[in-house]
Amino acid sequence: MSRKHRYGFYIPLLAGAVFYLLPVYVMLVTGFKGFEEVSLKTMWDLPTTLHVDNFVEAFNKLSPYLMNSLNMVLPTAVIAAVLGSLNGYVLAKWKFKGADIIFPLILFGIFIPYQSVLIPLVELMRSINLYGGLPGLMLAHVIYGIPITTLTFRNYYATIPKDILEAAKMDGAGILGIYWYIMRPLSVTTFVVVLIWQFTQAWNDFLFAVVLTNPANWPITVALNNIAGSQVIAWNLQMAGSLLAALPTLIIYIFLGQYFVRGMMAGALK
Amino acid sequence: MRINRKEAWQSFLLVAPSVALIAVFVYGFIGWTARVSLSEWKGLLPDYTWAGFSNFAELLADPRFMIDVRNTVLFTVFFVGGSLALGLGLAICLDQGLRGEGIFRAIYLFPMALSFIVTGVVWRWLMNPAMGSRLSGLNLLFHNLGLDFLINEWHTTPFWGIIAIALPAVWQMSGFCVAMYLAGLRAIPDELIESARVDGASEFQVYSTIVLPILRPVTFSSMIILGHMSLKVFDLIMAVGGKQIPLDVPAMYMWQVTFEGLFYGKGAAIGLLLLLSVAVLIIPYIIYTLRGETEL
Repeated sequence: MSRKHRYGFYIPLLAGAVFYLLPVYVMLVTGFKGFEEVSLKTMWDLPTTLHVDNFVEAFNKLSPYLMNSLNMVLPTAVIAAVLGSLNGYVLAKWKFKGADIIFPLILFGIFIPYQSVLIPLVELMRSINLYGGLPGLMLAHVIYGIPITTLTFRNYYATIPKDILEAAKMDGAGILGIYWYIMRPLSVTTFVVVLIWQFTQAWNDFLFAVVLTNPANWPITVALNNIAGSQVIAWNLQMAGSLLAALPTLIIYIFLGQYFVRGMMAGALK
Repeated sequence: MRINRKEAWQSFLLVAPSVALIAVFVYGFIGWTARVSLSEWKGLLPDYTWAGFSNFAELLADPRFMIDVRNTVLFTVFFVGGSLALGLGLAICLDQGLRGEGIFRAIYLFPMALSFIVTGVVWRWLMNPAMGSRLSGLNLLFHNLGLDFLINEWHTTPFWGIIAIALPAVWQMSGFCVAMYLAGLRAIPDELIESARVDGASEFQVYSTIVLPILRPVTFSSMIILGHMSLKVFDLIMAVGGKQIPLDVPAMYMWQVTFEGLFYGKGAAIGLLLLLSVAVLIIPYIIYTLRGETEL
């Protein structure tokens, strides 16, 4: 096709960009308006002066919940990544008898609707005294994160030629030695992909959080949904709060977007 | 790679903790849920009195559950259909090798990094259904642009409201389809397209007879992934519409009936039906994907 023809593609590309950015525009202009200037009638107008009151106010309201999310998400992502890496290594390279049955059974765990395990989960957490707090929520995120981290690592380790392992074995390395000195250093990128993905998933989760935590331990998603449902909290604060809640994962996306996309595509199995 | 007995044991021990956790928290819990679904458990204290399939029978005769099924079907059709169409369209535009491709791609995919709650809270205000002098959100924008015919009641529209929820869902997830289709398009050898053009095929023919059939597996994978998300939709509806019967879906019903109403037997039955519907989609997909893998 001629170059001139192709420039026509900018029209749908730009229209698409407007569609995706529209909500961000509203979040930003609303957030930066002063309290007296905020009105649903002038929702689309630019702020006349720049204020940060909305963000300060939203932060004051939401900071404990942002901290809950942060405290819960970081260890969760690390533990799920380490377990996934070990599983992926074994299931890709040390296929003991039954490994090919175990793998699809683990994979199914990525897709299950958590409604089918929620009642036992709550009952168990109650009986081991982890109900209501962050450790119980973290445990749930680690366990239900294992399937996707296992899959991502296994798919990566499967691409490493077995000659490398054979050679290391000849030199006397054992299973753990090969993992530690060869596979682990090779999979640094996959660790980044998996950590980012787990961080995002756990940060954005609502279902486990709303069922397993009490108000003092709410992560940001539950707190945000709660202020959005309340009649007394103004919509401008909801907008500013949404931006604060989105910021950590958004920053990761902006700086490490390519790894994020790889994590996202891993969920499609191939 | 051939492995000996000792290695087999060592490798099994490495995965054993995870396998045990998945065995208990996925399969054990599903079994436990199944047992609850066959019980009379109502109220705070567990009650495993055998109830047979009465919870399931009740659901099938329950008008609210029928609304859930209808809403899930409508939502799935518009959410999956919309995401696939938008994803394919934008991916084809991105594939033209124009300047600024990276920026456009980054813009299309960023909503995937957000939670459904954030998306829902923002879209709740964009889809404000107030009319007349209280017009706001997208309706106000339509009015300002002279597009008054587009003004509508969004998710509060009687009967069809659930379709409005598909809009923020498409906004959030269509980037996934853009990425999938773009990867698929990039994998098509240029010579294939070029030779068709040399043979006199029109652009439309190139796409309809060559590109789309090659992309079929991508469409299939995207449909399964989005389709199973659609069956589980919960957070988004919670954040946009709150708990309203016209926007009800199985996951919402399950949550309310179990943790607010304390009808554990019924909640477990809904959870199990959800699992069943997801399994019908996902199990063949897992088998299809794992078949024909080769070891390096």
